[in-house]
Amino acid sequence: MTATRRTLDVSALPEYAFGHQGMIWWGTVGFMVIEGSMFVMALIAYFVFRTRVAAWPPALANPDLRWGTLNTLVLLASLVPNHLTKLAAEKFELGKVRVLLLVCLVFGIAFLVIRAFEFGSLNVSWQSAAYGSIVWFLMALHTTHLLFEVGEDAVITALMFTDHVEPKRFVDVSENAFYWYFVVLTWLPIYVTVYFAPRWL
Amino acid sequence: MGRARAIAIGLALAAAGCGGVQSALNPAGPQASAIAALTWRFFILCGVIYVLVIAALIWALARRPTPRDETAEGQRRLGRIIAGLTVLTTAILVVLAVSSVVAGRGLISPSGPGAITINAIGHQWWWEFEYQDVSANEWVNSPNELHIPVGVPIVIKAMSRDVIHSLWVPNLIGKRDLIPGIVTHTWIQADTPGVYRGQCAEFCGHQHAHMAFLVVAEPRDRFETWLQRQRRGAPQPSTPEQQRGHDVFMTGPCVMCHTIRGTSAASNIGPDLTHVYGRQTIAAGTLPTTRGHLAGWISDSQSIKPGNRMPPVPMSGEDLQALLAYLETLR
Amino acid sequence: MSEPAEPRARLVVERPDAPRPTDAELAREHQRLSETWRVPKGVLGWFMVVDHRSVGMRYLVTAFGFFIAAGILAALMRIQLAFPENTFLGPDKYNQIFTTHGLTMMFLFAVPVMEAMGVYLVPLMVGARNIAFPRLNAYSYYMFLFGGIFLFTALLTNTGPDTGWFSYPPLSGPEYTPGKRADVFAQLVTFTEVAALAIAVELVTTIFKLRAPGMTLNRIPLFVWAMLVTSFMVIFAMPAVVTSSTFLLLDRLVGTHFLNPAVGGDPILYQHLFWFFGHPEVYIIFIPALGMVSMIITTFTQRPTFGYIALVLSLFATGFIGFSVWVHHMFATGLPQMGLTFFTVASMLITIPTGVQIFCWIAALWKGRPQFATPLLFVIGFIVIFVFGGLSGVTLAALPLDLQVHDTFYVVAHFHYVLIGGAVFPLIGGIYYWYPKMTGRMMNETLGKANFWTLFVGFNVTFFPMHQLGLMGMPRRVYTYPAYMGWNTLNLISSLGALLLVVGGVMLVYNLVHGLRAGAPAGENPWHADSLEWATSSPPPVYNFLEVPIVEGRHAVWERSPDRPVVTGLRSDIREVLVTDVMDAEPAHRDQFPEPSIWPFLASVATGAFFVASIFTPWAVVYGLPPIGLTLIGWFWPKKPAGEHVAEMMAPGAPDPVAPDLHA
Repeated sequence: MTATRRTLDVSALPEYAFGHQGMIWWGTVGFMVIEGSMFVMALIAYFVFRTRVAAWPPALANPDLRWGTLNTLVLLASLVPNHLTKLAAEKFELGKVRVLLLVCLVFGIAFLVIRAFEFGSLNVSWQSAAYGSIVWFLMALHTTHLLFEVGEDAVITALMFTDHVEPKRFVDVSENAFYWYFVVLTWLPIYVTVYFAPRWL
Repeated sequence: MGRARAIAIGLALAAAGCGGVQSALNPAGPQASAIAALTWRFFILCGVIYVLVIAALIWALARRPTPRDETAEGQRRLGRIIAGLTVLTTAILVVLAVSSVVAGRGLISPSGPGAITINAIGHQWWWEFEYQDVSANEWVNSPNELHIPVGVPIVIKAMSRDVIHSLWVPNLIGKRDLIPGIVTHTWIQADTPGVYRGQCAEFCGHQHAHMAFLVVAEPRDRFETWLQRQRRGAPQPSTPEQQRGHDVFMTGPCVMCHTIRGTSAASNIGPDLTHVYGRQTIAAGTLPTTRGHLAGWISDSQSIKPGNRMPPVPMSGEDLQALLAYLETLR
Repeated sequence: MSEPAEPRARLVVERPDAPRPTDAELAREHQRLSETWRVPKGVLGWFMVVDHRSVGMRYLVTAFGFFIAAGILAALMRIQLAFPENTFLGPDKYNQIFTTHGLTMMFLFAVPVMEAMGVYLVPLMVGARNIAFPRLNAYSYYMFLFGGIFLFTALLTNTGPDTGWFSYPPLSGPEYTPGKRADVFAQLVTFTEVAALAIAVELVTTIFKLRAPGMTLNRIPLFVWAMLVTSFMVIFAMPAVVTSSTFLLLDRLVGTHFLNPAVGGDPILYQHLFWFFGHPEVYIIFIPALGMVSMIITTFTQRPTFGYIALVLSLFATGFIGFSVWVHHMFATGLPQMGLTFFTVASMLITIPTGVQIFCWIAALWKGRPQFATPLLFVIGFIVIFVFGGLSGVTLAALPLDLQVHDTFYVVAHFHYVLIGGAVFPLIGGIYYWYPKMTGRMMNETLGKANFWTLFVGFNVTFFPMHQLGLMGMPRRVYTYPAYMGWNTLNLISSLGALLLVVGGVMLVYNLVHGLRAGAPAGENPWHADSLEWATSSPPPVYNFLEVPIVEGRHAVWERSPDRPVVTGLRSDIREVLVTDVMDAEPAHRDQFPEPSIWPFLASVATGAFFVASIFTPWAVVYGLPPIGLTLIGWFWPKKPAGEHVAEMMAPGAPDPVAPDLHA
């Protein structure tokens, strides 16, 4: 070995990173791919079941459009405060982040409440036929994500009011907003399938 | 008599040629022959490839490296050889794939005219084979034993009453699953007369291991005779003992599950027994049809085929003998 | 935050002539790092461990334990099948045993053991101090362990699953399998799939973001590439089996009808979903082994890996094509012929990338002078056995042929040839190879060679006759067979071979224990190997590398310059890790990794309780989810308040070095 050596001194590098430069983003994307694949499988199952019977829904009423459509609008609207939250987090604007997170939380609770009404107006039980089973499965799968997202949101909101605020927290807020997009976007094909496939197919 | 018959059946089954009665390498019909020919082609080609790969491996291990191996030119040469081998491998695979697809085409549907259609219905753990009865609007039932005329294609519509089973008689054809809720199709043809054994090939529960059936391929006239006999109902009992046996059947639990056409027993939960003594085996190929085996089966089928759907039917010795005497008339 | 910021690259200071630290300075650094990265001791400490080597070692030992358990089950099966109409095991016991053997081998041994090797080796091979998401890693191990305990508790209480490792409905549905057996199957899948998915995400993140500077994509070791491909496959394949087993569970427990044909359900959909997972699953098991083979051949020919690019591309091609062959498991179900032809062709084409790898390895052995140490013997055994199995796979790809041998012992022979030959032999070779690194001791070479021959002969005697048995008509999953079928001799031979395999297994266990007690000290790099795990002590210290190396070539240890360049400036008083770029491993930022924590264990207990309870009552959803939520909150809630320097980082006007790269 020689008396001196080349070194790379990394001590001035930042201690956090947003987006795909950071670590959490990869975990989030991994989770999205996994859950996204499950959504795809469930949607495929829905259409496989369609091919197994003559009428669709088989001897049952269509789901009511009202609550599902309302929730879709609420979900789409929530993208606005969500995106603003992400932008504010990436600029470390703590005051704005706190307010926006609370707004997002209100949206979250709103769509959970509306989701409860949706379940009530599907006009089918999961025991009715394969049709009922897959409709409930799709709805339940998405609702699980909604619950998880709202829970995560509540925890992060609480955290931003404590003395644990540091750059990494803002990365968490940004990643949470990223996941929120996923929750909203995966709803769209499910909404179309559950509410309109019975009317169109 | 019973024991000799059992041995005879066993020997007949075992002596059906190299590889035996249930062997894919002992084809007795056009499909199995085509598949066997394809199989040998594949085995030979794959065998040659295997030998060459192992030879190359041994050579590689035994060889002393030379200085030329480490030069850039040496590496490139190796690379070209590998590329060439890859192209060769691809070509061989294409040949094999085409060979397979062509063979597969020939198996889809029967080529000859005059096909007979039967239904094959799978149950846990026995086979129901139905022939359409020409005159009456009824189906003739021959559980666990399929008779077919030699040289005639038999179209089989396959269904299941419970779980997924798979119909397979290797001497004649590859498998076709029996799936509840849908009808699958296959066809078989025997060109050589003989008795062939088939077995369920999709795990279907407890007694999957004992869900076999026989395919009896015979000349057309003998097949017609057999079919005629199957269409007839059971004869009336002609001796007092047979009458007693008949009554034991009709008043016992037997009627809850079994049909004997020509009597009032008409349940189809279990196999149709109208011609039970005319078949070579009972309990889906598990035992040869002899008085002794039937006695054991009736008294306590659970000790022979544990978990099967037939409960033990204990009865007095005389009742049992009478019942057996009656069953012996059902040929 | 509005001043133009420095590009990150200029934050990293290159020094061409830094003085080498003195021994005293290195000793102090070792002290500090040992303290910072210490593995907690004691009973409570065991449940708080988040270090990848400890978790990896637990995974390895536990997976081997399950391997032995499944091997015992197999021995019981072979005793029953040694003679026709044998009464050693009745149908109920036999059905539980063969199902549990398959489930244990596939879900509790084969996948976890490969993941374990990845968890242990990948961070070392890429020059990192720990695996990404260390607490998730710990959680994954507990989920795996609980799943295995769950399955075996069920087996030992006569509630073992008994419908085969794929458990097709309607047989496994509520009508034909009452009781809890099939629910145990479905939840075992859930436990192990959660564990595997977690590790897959960790490995992808580790491989992409934690590589030491200088380890460009072109220089990643082949085992690491293999684990990357495997992880992608896990992520894309496992959701399908989650869906199929959830459908089964819901049908059985709450009256849904996904798989009930009477009201529009589809049992064949279950098969599609299961095999869409099931076929990639076997490649998930096999591809890590291919990575091990490459590493071992490189070391025991002492030559750079021949055909590196071809080998990497072949791994990806195999992984990719592996997703397009699943219907070859369903050739007998009566699907349309045109579609089936596609799957025949795809199933044959998948041979090609594997063939390329075999050619490259034989070329490497041809070129170099192989040293016939035990690991290489197992690699040679792999080639001999696996190629045979692969060719029997080609025969199975041919639909007409498959229709004769599907669901017979021919298939049993085939998959044991490819799984034992293709995965277990390289794995055991890998164990002999990396044992010195993991334990600091060498295993006995003579015993190792004897072990190889015992296993090689035993394996072939056990499984070769099964090809013949299948062609002669013996279906699989039968607890007995008639005496007049002509299958007696071959079955007996196979069972005798199994005896030899048991001996081989005992020898392996003996060798492993004997090495710990009496093995020679290994030193840092006893095999003169090329990859980074051999650039630190054996076993590695708790912080993996005293100084993070800078990688200068594909064979990091062989291509080190005399001055041994390293990374400096990482803090040693906290668990600081260098995060680098995906493509070129340029330093990007510093991340603080978590301290040991009890929360992963608590979360796994909550999750496990939820999974088990939910097969007994739907109320488990109501009572089971809140505890999981609570443990997750405990997991993520930060431990200590942010330091003061943080406020400076976030004050308005403070320079924000990262801003321009935020959305790069």
